[in-house]
Amino acid sequence: MKKYNCCMSSIFKIFISFLLFSLIFSNALAIETIEISGGSTKQINIAVMPYKEIVSDKTNSRMHQIIAADLYRSGFFKPLDVEGLVNKPSILSEINYPEMTAIEAQVMTLGQIEINNNRIKVNWFLVDINKKTILTTMEFSGPATQYRAIAHKISDTIYEKLTGIPGIFSTKISYISKNKGHYSLNVADADGFNVQSVVGSPQPLISARWSPDGTRLAYVSFEKKKPIIYIQSLVTGQRTILANFKGNNSSPSWSPDGRRLAIVLTYNANSQIYLIDPDGSNLKPLIQSAHIDTEPVWSPDGRFIYFTSDRGGRPQIYKVSSSGGEPQRVSFEGGQNLNPNISPDGKMLTYIMQEEGRFRVVLHDLQSGQITKVSDGPFDEAPKFSPNGHVILYAHKINGSGELSTVSIDGIVHQSFNIHADDIREPAWGSFVK
Amino acid sequence: MKKSLLLATLLSLFLVGCSSSPINDASKPSGPSTATTNDEKDLDLASLRDPNNILSKRSIYFDYDKDVVKAEYKDLVAAHAKYVSTHPKAKITLTGNTDDRGSREYNVSLGQRRAVSVKKLMNVLGAQDTQIETVSFGEERADTNCKDDACYAKDRRVDISYEKE
Repeated sequence: MKKYNCCMSSIFKIFISFLLFSLIFSNALAIETIEISGGSTKQINIAVMPYKEIVSDKTNSRMHQIIAADLYRSGFFKPLDVEGLVNKPSILSEINYPEMTAIEAQVMTLGQIEINNNRIKVNWFLVDINKKTILTTMEFSGPATQYRAIAHKISDTIYEKLTGIPGIFSTKISYISKNKGHYSLNVADADGFNVQSVVGSPQPLISARWSPDGTRLAYVSFEKKKPIIYIQSLVTGQRTILANFKGNNSSPSWSPDGRRLAIVLTYNANSQIYLIDPDGSNLKPLIQSAHIDTEPVWSPDGRFIYFTSDRGGRPQIYKVSSSGGEPQRVSFEGGQNLNPNISPDGKMLTYIMQEEGRFRVVLHDLQSGQITKVSDGPFDEAPKFSPNGHVILYAHKINGSGELSTVSIDGIVHQSFNIHADDIREPAWGSFVK
Repeated sequence: MKKSLLLATLLSLFLVGCSSSPINDASKPSGPSTATTNDEKDLDLASLRDPNNILSKRSIYFDYDKDVVKAEYKDLVAAHAKYVSTHPKAKITLTGNTDDRGSREYNVSLGQRRAVSVKKLMNVLGAQDTQIETVSFGEERADTNCKDDACYAKDRRVDISYEKE
């Protein structure tokens, strides 16, 4: 275990500093609410003004760019081009409302940054342009190393104020990179920055899944020339074997309370779903069939497990009670459906639909049965809902190498992640850090 | 052999640096040097290595989305089944593979189904389950630059490997 220490300590530091920084946030002072017409289908025009740096250390003023990129990626905001404006207000009295109305801004954010003795303090405002009223004003402070984290926290606050739903800009994602035949499981901020490697291997790594409390990753490694499931702590770096039985051990999925995992074992037969405790004890089969049953995922209330099975011939999505029983088929359209993930409210599935040779990400409304294609393929995989259910992160292949992209659930805003590696795949999204 | 493995390990350590934790791929014994003379006699390793012997052929190829062992591979599978049933100490691994289309986990299951298909045929021919392990790499060893089926076809296979070989 010792060999993980050097690497884990840096991730550990991030967790600790995040904790410290969270504690010294000042409280929100909400002044008024805004009425947004059109609901989630209409984007909010926001002017994100450059936050003025009062005492500058070495940092360039780029906080507004981080905030604007966050809000754009969500699909719910249209950050306006403010570079050409004559006035660049950083305090309320400097706002030129007619100029803001002219660029059709509905809201604007502005603020001032002080950096002193490796400390950063940001005073910022969110303003309703039509009503000329303050929606939010706050002061965030912390170590200067938390520059990006504070920007994401501002994005979260703006997002929640205007949509009523928590933002995901301070959450973490994981993905697997492949560089010159070397595989690495990495953790990064939700915008792809601040990358930390959790584990590396000369053999493939797949299927990483965050524990509900965000402190552990379960994943599958082929380092012993067969798939074995490991659980690794992001706090201590310690890793344990979850399942190493004869045959394959793969496709881990945490129960919502973190006390069980659904996994897939084969022994000398086809893939079958089992339940197991995180310490590797208390193994029992969920369902038994002669067919392929794999890719289990728990519903947020813990009552059901959705999975992929070829029991009807081609792979399709099914669901079964988490206490076992008779599975019910869920997906009916398209040639194949596989790789399911469920929204945090349990109302939507996303999975991969194969139709005419293209593998695309679809959204499946479990109440209405409506299916919407949100990506174009041809080789998309591993879709995952953001912790607030507003965005889907997925992998796709371009000329044989993998990249990650996000798409807003209305299918309007597509963005690719700017991560430097030959090949990136297998994204997963950590839950909200409390 | 050992030298090159050591070099590979050092190289991976160097590439990874302190930003991640390398997994030592060279730790487990492998290669001809680990086979004892008893193994040589008990396992008749020479016949496995003889390029003129059908036992040196180790790959069974499949049609798209199929797990049926085609007629042209029946002799190959039968030869390995006979070897396993007549060498009680022999242990083999059947590793399934797929092309890189579809989801990674589903492809692990699809590769497994092919490995199981080969195993079942070997069972019929007298090979015991205790001597066989079926596993799958799914699409993880697939050629990611395929443009046509001739290329994809090379990925749809089960590889036979022997312990201590």
